[in-house]
Amino acid sequence: MDLPTLRGLFTLVLMIAFVVIVVWAWSSKRRKEFDEAARLPLEDGPLADQSGTARTAGTGAGEK
Amino acid sequence: MERASTYNDRVVRQFTIMTVVWGVVGMLVGVIIAAQLMWPALNFDVPWLSYGRLRPLHTNAVIFAFGGSALFATSYYVVQRTCHVRLFSDGLAAFTFWGWQVVIVLAAITLPLGLTQGKEYAELIWPIDLLIAAVWVAYAVVFFGTVALRKVKHIYVANWFYGAFILTIAVLHIVNSLALPTGLLHSYPAYSGVVDAMVQWWYGHNAVGFFLTAGFLGMMYYFVPKQAGRPVYSYRLSVVHFWALISIYMWAGPHHLHYTTLPDWAQSLGMVFSLMLLAPSWGGMINGIMTLSGAWHKLRTDPILKFLIVSLSFYGMSTFEGPMMSIKTVNALSHYTDWTIGHVHSGALGWVAMISIGCVYALLPKVFNRESMYSIKLIDVHFWISTIGVVLYIAAMWMAGVMQGLMWRAVNDDGTLTYTFIESLNATYPFYGVRLLGGTLFLVGMLVMVYNVWMTIRGSEPAERTVIQPA
Repeated sequence: MDLPTLRGLFTLVLMIAFVVIVVWAWSSKRRKEFDEAARLPLEDGPLADQSGTARTAGTGAGEK
Repeated sequence: MERASTYNDRVVRQFTIMTVVWGVVGMLVGVIIAAQLMWPALNFDVPWLSYGRLRPLHTNAVIFAFGGSALFATSYYVVQRTCHVRLFSDGLAAFTFWGWQVVIVLAAITLPLGLTQGKEYAELIWPIDLLIAAVWVAYAVVFFGTVALRKVKHIYVANWFYGAFILTIAVLHIVNSLALPTGLLHSYPAYSGVVDAMVQWWYGHNAVGFFLTAGFLGMMYYFVPKQAGRPVYSYRLSVVHFWALISIYMWAGPHHLHYTTLPDWAQSLGMVFSLMLLAPSWGGMINGIMTLSGAWHKLRTDPILKFLIVSLSFYGMSTFEGPMMSIKTVNALSHYTDWTIGHVHSGALGWVAMISIGCVYALLPKVFNRESMYSIKLIDVHFWISTIGVVLYIAAMWMAGVMQGLMWRAVNDDGTLTYTFIESLNATYPFYGVRLLGGTLFLVGMLVMVYNVWMTIRGSEPAERTVIQPA
């Protein structure tokens, strides 16, 4: 196989990889895991309140 | 209390303070060289103060000392909080702090002395390069060691970005710095000619992509949700954002070498990849800003959120401008003009500095055991001073750059150049004045921050924080 063909195939492989990642990320099986992951920054309670307004953050597991 | 059950916030405190210190130093040097462009006599005919030596000092100080310290501080903080575990090694973490400070001091000594490798953003001579490599390997061991010890199954997306940043910078630094030493202070690069240029800009652009982008996106994915008090807008989008961004950035470097002896196909490749970068960049920006959806009112009262969200707006602006400038026909106008300087500072001041400043304000009370910063009002003052400063700076450089490009390419009917170079320089002077004003305002904002930080940490007694149990 010559170099241009290999380059073309490589491009194709990357395009397929992109589609696979999108399908994987949007699959409903991932939803629960991602929802939990998305809450990871909020688990140690809110940052010091700078604004005086109440926050809705966290799981209530505040720092001790 | 057992040490393993608390966070290592000592190294976070150290790097956070040095972020502010180096920010002031780096931006002060920037203001000095901006003044030198207006009044060249300001180098006082002292070699150590000449523009050519101070300019790399400025870039190294703001990128590696200020930005680098912010990245170390936030990555160590974030990886411990999102992995629910103490840093992998206290000793190695301390080594990264002191090692990095030594690198910065050595840079501040060697660059004014004129000791340089002559590669942009990789000027430091080989002995310092070796120390950087050692510090960086230690950083990687601490970071990935901590990720490996995590108490939760999932690796939070911010850590993916920080991890990509650490890994890629190691590869970039080592490959681009390969050299044959001829003495303690001098070496020859391993590459020559156009290959050297290509390696340099593969390094240079990925330093932008991974040091100045991926690392700071790590900050965004932790501190924007944290400060907004709600999870990131779309976690799925963040996963696609990560993989698309890191795969495409790698290939965009050749746009720094348009119309040079670099083969034409490589230039076009760099342009196409730069254009594609718009998609993941804006995907990330939208993900960050939309995290506030339903909570926009917080922007009115929380100046830290203002810093974070406005930094994302500047990120969106400069990642639109960048692909546009990589188009060869646009580049024919913009390259070698002050437009490039404007573009860089819209990214560096608007995005990198402002998100770092926002994160420091968010982080500092946490690690110094305070309820909040000393003065919220002063954060707001800082926000407005620096926003006005950035806008003045980049608007001046845009106008100067487009004007220069148009003057340089103007030709008379007989084919001779319409303007001499010195005429374009003369026309640029007013814009250099506005740029100096903008830069000075940004520096003044940093001094307001220094006061606020000093008043916050004065007399504080940092407490050990217990590692929280995963929810």
